[in-house]
Amino acid sequence: MSEAIETREKSTAPASGPRPARSWLRFLEPRGHWVWIALAIALILPFQLVPFRVFQLTMVLVYAVALLGLNLLVGHGGQISLGHGAFFAVGAYTAAIMMDRWDTPYPWTLPVAAAVTFVLGLALGVPAARLHGLYLALVTLAIAIFLVPLLKRFEDVTGGSMGLTLSKPQPPSWTGLAEDQWLYFLALAVAVAAFALVAGLLRSRVGRALHALRDNEIAAEVMGVRLAFYKTLAFAWSALLAGAAGCVYTWVIGFVSPDSFTVNLSITLLAGIVVGGLGSQAGPVLGGLFVMFVPSFAQDINQGAPGVIFGLLIIVVMYVAPTGLAGLAGRAVRSFDRTLRKE
Amino acid sequence: MGVSAIRWAAVTTAVLLAATACGRGDEASKGALPEECKGQQTTGITDTSIKIGGIYPLSGPASAYGDIPKGIKAYFDYINAEKNGIDGRKVEFIVRDDGYQPPKAVEEARRLVEQEQVFALFQTLGTPSTAATWDYTNQRKVPQVFVATGASQWGTDKNHPWTIGWQPNYISEARVYAQFLKTEKPDAKVAVLYQNDDFGKDLLGGFKKAIAGSQIKVVAEESYEVSDPTVEPQMRNLARSDADVFLNVTTPKFGSQALAADVKNTDWNPLHILNNVAASITVLKPVGLKNVQGVVSATYYKDPNDPQWADDPEMKLYREKMAKYAPGADPNVPYHAFGWAAASSFHKAMEAAKCPTREGLRDSVRNLNDVEVPMLLPGVRLQTGPDDGFPIESMQMMRFKGERWELFGEVIDTRKVFGPVTAD
Repeated sequence: MSEAIETREKSTAPASGPRPARSWLRFLEPRGHWVWIALAIALILPFQLVPFRVFQLTMVLVYAVALLGLNLLVGHGGQISLGHGAFFAVGAYTAAIMMDRWDTPYPWTLPVAAAVTFVLGLALGVPAARLHGLYLALVTLAIAIFLVPLLKRFEDVTGGSMGLTLSKPQPPSWTGLAEDQWLYFLALAVAVAAFALVAGLLRSRVGRALHALRDNEIAAEVMGVRLAFYKTLAFAWSALLAGAAGCVYTWVIGFVSPDSFTVNLSITLLAGIVVGGLGSQAGPVLGGLFVMFVPSFAQDINQGAPGVIFGLLIIVVMYVAPTGLAGLAGRAVRSFDRTLRKE
Repeated sequence: MGVSAIRWAAVTTAVLLAATACGRGDEASKGALPEECKGQQTTGITDTSIKIGGIYPLSGPASAYGDIPKGIKAYFDYINAEKNGIDGRKVEFIVRDDGYQPPKAVEEARRLVEQEQVFALFQTLGTPSTAATWDYTNQRKVPQVFVATGASQWGTDKNHPWTIGWQPNYISEARVYAQFLKTEKPDAKVAVLYQNDDFGKDLLGGFKKAIAGSQIKVVAEESYEVSDPTVEPQMRNLARSDADVFLNVTTPKFGSQALAADVKNTDWNPLHILNNVAASITVLKPVGLKNVQGVVSATYYKDPNDPQWADDPEMKLYREKMAKYAPGADPNVPYHAFGWAAASSFHKAMEAAKCPTREGLRDSVRNLNDVEVPMLLPGVRLQTGPDDGFPIESMQMMRFKGERWELFGEVIDTRKVFGPVTAD
C-alpha cells in the first residue's frame, strides 16, 4: 500500500510547478539550496542586528516552531485546531514550573515540555479521531478557553494570575555571546531540529498517510491507512512542537501568566499558518514573520484601531494570495522564471 | 548554479549589513550636566526635548483603557504648545499597544527602550504587562514610572527601584473602607464578594488586616472567576450570612451583577460598598439608578461628570485643552481625566528632579513631598519616601445620590492612620 501512495506522490510532484531548468532561481525550489542559504543568513543575522531586532527574530522562530506543528496538523493532516495556544501554554508552563519549583537547569525543560505535550496531544487526539471539521474546531476551542481559568485556579503551582517570573538562560562564557544572541541561537537550534523532524516525518509513512487522509479520508481508509491512529498521531506530534515552542518562549520572555495564553493566541496561530501558507515548507516561517511584525506595522498605520487594520491585512492577503504568502512567493518565482525563459 | 547561489547569498548578506549599519541608534546628545549629575544616564533627554513611552491595551478585551493615553497626550500637547514643555523640554509621548498581552508588552517595552531610545517608560497598564516588563526595565535601569495598576507589589518590592505605581493600591483602598466602617458602623458584620485573583485577594487581605483589633468582622466571603457567567449563586450564599455590610470587590461586569442581585433580594439590605474599579456610572446604569441610591465607594481624582467641579479652575482648563488638543475625545470620560492627572504628576516629578537624568527621575518619584496635583481631590497629595513607594494613599468616600456620586466626609489618609503598606 505504501507503494501505491508513493507512486501517487511522485505523479503529483511535477504538477506543483514546471521545473525551471538552468535558472539561477533554482535554489528557491523545494529541493534546492534555499534551506542552506536561509540557514546561513539566520546564522549571520544576530551579529548584524541590534539586540531588539534579534529578540524579535527569536520570537519569530518561536512562533515558527509552533506554526510548524500546526502546519503538520492542518496543512498536511487536514484536521483543524483552534486550541494550539493551549499546547503552547502547557509547554511554557511546564518549563516555567520546573525552573521555578525545582530550579531545573533550562536545557532539561525542553524534553520534558515536549514529552508532556506529546502525551497530552495523544490524549486529546482520541476525541479528534472521531470528530470532523467544525466539531473538532469547537472541541479544541473549548480547550483553549478553559485553560486560562484552570491556570488561575491552581495558584500554588502556576502562580495564579500574577504568573511566574523566571531568570533567562545565560550564555556560557566561552561563547562570548550576549544574552539576546544566545537565546536566539537556542531558538534557532530548536527550530532547525523541529524542521528536520517534520521533514523526516513527512517523507516517511506517516507523511504519506497524512496526505492521503487530508485529500480523501474514504480513499485513504480503503488503501489501508488507519484513520484514528494517524489522526491521533498527527495531533500528538503537532502538540509536541507547540509545546517545544512554548518552552523556548519561557526561556526568551522569562515570564508566564494565564493572560499570555488566551484564546487570542490560538486564533492568531491559526491565522498565522493560513496566511503563511498551509502545507508549505516556508509557510511556518512566513507565518511567524507575519504574526510577529504585522500587528506592530498595523499600529504604525493607525494608532486608533490596530486590530481592525490587522484584520483587514489578513483579508487582503487571503484575497491576493489564497494559498498564503508561501504560495504567493512560489507563484512570483515561477512567473518571473517564465518571463526569463521567454526572452 | 552553485556559484550563482553563493553570489546571491553574498549580495543578500551585503544588503543586510548595509541596512543594519544604519539601524543603530545614536546616544542622545549630552547637554552640560551639573557636577553632581555627571556620569548619569541621559538617553532620550536633551535641553529641549524629553522622549517617553507608554504601553496600553489599545486593542483587545481591555481596550477601554485605551482612553487613558488620550488624556495624557492632550496634557503634554498643551504644555508643549503653551508652557514651553517641562523646564523648556518639549515632551514627546509615544504610545504602543500591547493588547493586554504580556509578551507583547515585553516586545513594546524593548522597542521603546532600544529602538526609540526613550528616557523613561511612563505608564504600563495592567498588572500582568507590568510584571512581565519590570525585570527588564530594572536590569536596563530605565525608569518605569506611575504604572497604571493598583497591585501593592510595585511599592513593597525592594528589588525594583526603577518601577513605581501611582494610583492608590488595593490595600490602601481596603484601608479606606475599614476606616470608614470603624467610624460609621463600629460593629459591622461584613460579607465580601471578591474576584479570585491578585486584585481581589490584595483588597480582601488588606481589608482583613485593617479591621484586625476592631469590632468589625468578616462573616462571609465568596469568590468568583473572571470566566464565571454570573455571581448570583455567590450572592445567594452571602445573603444568608445576615451581614449588615456588603463589600463588593469586583470588576465592572460583575459589579453590575452583584448590584442587581442585591437589589433583587429585598430581604437583605446591607450597606453596599462598591470598590473603585467598578464605581463608574456605566456599571450602575444597567441596574437602574433609582435602585443604587446610598451605595458607597471611594475615589481620589476629580470626576468630570461631577457638577461640583464645574467651576473648578483645573477642570475648566482640562475641558478647554481637551477640546483644543483632543477634539475627538469626550472629556466626560473619567479615563481621560485619569490620564491628565497622571501626566500632570509626571510633570511635577520631572520638574522636581535634581538631575535631568534617568537617575534623577528615579530618585524624584521616590522623594515626592506633599505634591499637589490639581486634578486630584483637594487633600489628596503625592507623597513618597525611602520606605514608602506609593504616591497616592488617600481617598475620600462617596455616596451615590440622584444621578451621580457625592463626596462625603474627610479625605482619609491611610498613611497616617495605618502606617506604610508592607509586603505580607
